Amino acid sequence: MIESALHALRENYNFVVILCGVSLLGAGAGIVGAFAVLRKRALTGDALSHAALPGVCLAFLVLGERNLPAMLLGALASGILGVAIISALVRWTRVRDDAAIGIILSVFFGLGIALMGIIQRMGSVGNKAGLSSFILGKTTGITGADVWIILASAAICLAAIVVLYKEFLAVSFDADFTQSLGWPVYAIDLLLMSLVAAAVVIGLPTVGVIMISALLIMPGAAARFWTDRLSTLLVLAGGLGFVTGVVGTTLSYTFDKLPAGPVIVLTGAALFLLSMLLGHRRGAIARILAHRRFRRSWQERQLLRTLYELIESSGFRQRSVPQDDLLSLRAWSPAEAQKLVQEAAVAGLVLPLPGGRVALTDQGWQQALEATRGHRLWQTFLAEYPEQAGSVVNLASVSVDDHLPPALSDELQAKLVAAGRWPASEVAP
Amino acid sequence: MNSLLDIHDLTVAYHRKPVLWDVDLELHQPQLAAIVGPNGAGKSTLIKAVLGLVPLASGRAQIFGEPVARVRQRIGYVPQRESVDWDFPVSVLDVVLMGTYGRLGWFRRPGRDEREWARECLEKVGLAQYEHQQIGQLSGGQQQRVFLARALAQRADIYFMDEPMAGVDAATERLIFQVLADLRAAGKAIIAVHHDLRTVPQYFDYVVLLNVRLVAAGPRETTFTPDNLRKTYGGRLALLDAAADAIAAGSGAP
Repeated sequence: MIESALHALRENYNFVVILCGVSLLGAGAGIVGAFAVLRKRALTGDALSHAALPGVCLAFLVLGERNLPAMLLGALASGILGVAIISALVRWTRVRDDAAIGIILSVFFGLGIALMGIIQRMGSVGNKAGLSSFILGKTTGITGADVWIILASAAICLAAIVVLYKEFLAVSFDADFTQSLGWPVYAIDLLLMSLVAAAVVIGLPTVGVIMISALLIMPGAAARFWTDRLSTLLVLAGGLGFVTGVVGTTLSYTFDKLPAGPVIVLTGAALFLLSMLLGHRRGAIARILAHRRFRRSWQERQLLRTLYELIESSGFRQRSVPQDDLLSLRAWSPAEAQKLVQEAAVAGLVLPLPGGRVALTDQGWQQALEATRGHRLWQTFLAEYPEQAGSVVNLASVSVDDHLPPALSDELQAKLVAAGRWPASEVAP
Repeated sequence: MNSLLDIHDLTVAYHRKPVLWDVDLELHQPQLAAIVGPNGAGKSTLIKAVLGLVPLASGRAQIFGEPVARVRQRIGYVPQRESVDWDFPVSVLDVVLMGTYGRLGWFRRPGRDEREWARECLEKVGLAQYEHQQIGQLSGGQQQRVFLARALAQRADIYFMDEPMAGVDAATERLIFQVLADLRAAGKAIIAVHHDLRTVPQYFDYVVLLNVRLVAAGPRETTFTPDNLRKTYGGRLALLDAAADAIAAGSGAP
């Protein structure tokens, strides 16, 4: 594939033009779309693109010939009309926004398809309209002049985001607070949606109404798996959009039977999938690993605490207990208990003794004390302050000290000491 | 003398159902004021109406004798913690810096001065070491303190706070209250929606009792009475008993 792409690159000036066009479009749409996703307006882009179709057809009907700038203006006008109707429905009726988006999206799209049918019946003129490329996209139509238009729009999007970064950030994160500063939240929202509309309209002839929203949404959503910082996220979204454009165009060009829109979307989806799996911030694999680490350390602490409590209940007469006693306190199967004991033995925390008994090593004893203290402090905290259960308790750390102020932790400890339930180190056998 | 806060004839309605009805309220001196009332009494809406965040059916609100739009930079706001998405990709310091946005105005970015000031505000709420963390990694009480720090960064003269002590542990509650008391001592006014009747006498010196209509407003000693509470809450006695205990305890304290 790469070889044939290089071949095409050498042979074909058109290919370079298209590659530039789609990649720039991907970058611009990715950056603008990332903010739209953060503002929870991802579906607005989708509605906008579907609602643009009747505008394209009407422009053609009015002019009677294919005129790209006019058709794009038509697309912009009907797209904006669609979004305006959505917000009017939400504001003035009891229709909720997801329902309103669903209604407008399908009605406008249906209207567009109906208009296309009429145009196609018009005979020779209709066939030359090339309207079907507006639905599924067609990259081969991009010309050198188009690339300049796309470059200009991408540059405008980028400049607007750089200049208004602070304003977009404030509105996306906390619109109420921003409004309390006296800022025109509505106008800032409108500007953001205008940028989205610009990206959609520029992308329509290339990627098509059905799939352009994927170019808006996926790069931003994918970038979120890699970072917790907004500035990094925007740069990444732009980069991922760019790469989507490059790879998608190359693929679609190489297999020229494939329509460009779907190929570009599938390329974006592949990048999204990779990010979802591998993203080191919140990717699935990172999460699974973190969860397994947590589970392991939690189980180990449970084992140590259980051993401590068994030893405690025997009055500290001996430091070992029958392994089967573990099962009376925990919901482990014998096999699970055996596995936990083995793992803890490898870590040097417990010592399996002959006769099915388990003992704590010195190191294990220290850790068991800490685990038991942490556990009882949390339990006491929950008993004393039940209303804060959800907001404060964190099982991932052994000690409450990371989460509670020292004075409170001392107070809880004093309660445990008074009740004779504070695990004290000097009673080690 | 201009009054600090002057709410006159304020009505807010959603789909014709009144949420606030003919509310008149005047504050003349800086106070540490609690807005108290049952669920659905319009406590948050009162704050939002004053700040212009919800459309008014009628009435007006003035601050320092001027329309709110003309004194925005003297107003600080702490929204409810649940009102934002804590998964948002910003750091603790980024959020506090938003408090400086009002003075920065359009296009200008926060610079070194703003950063230093934001760090100072974080320090006041005891979160200095968390400035680089993503906000979703904080506990509920810490998130509440981030919002408080953002309001401090606004350098306002009057603060509106929507449940600034909801869902925080007792120690954090004391810390937050200490910050409010310091603001009050510096001559600032604080109007806070407060959900916990038991701690009203401990923390506040002015009380606004609200249940769609204004039931009573005045200094805590004369206004936060079992009689007024009954008018506000109706007959929910268990709650009132707890409050009565708190009132007794509060008046016994120095």
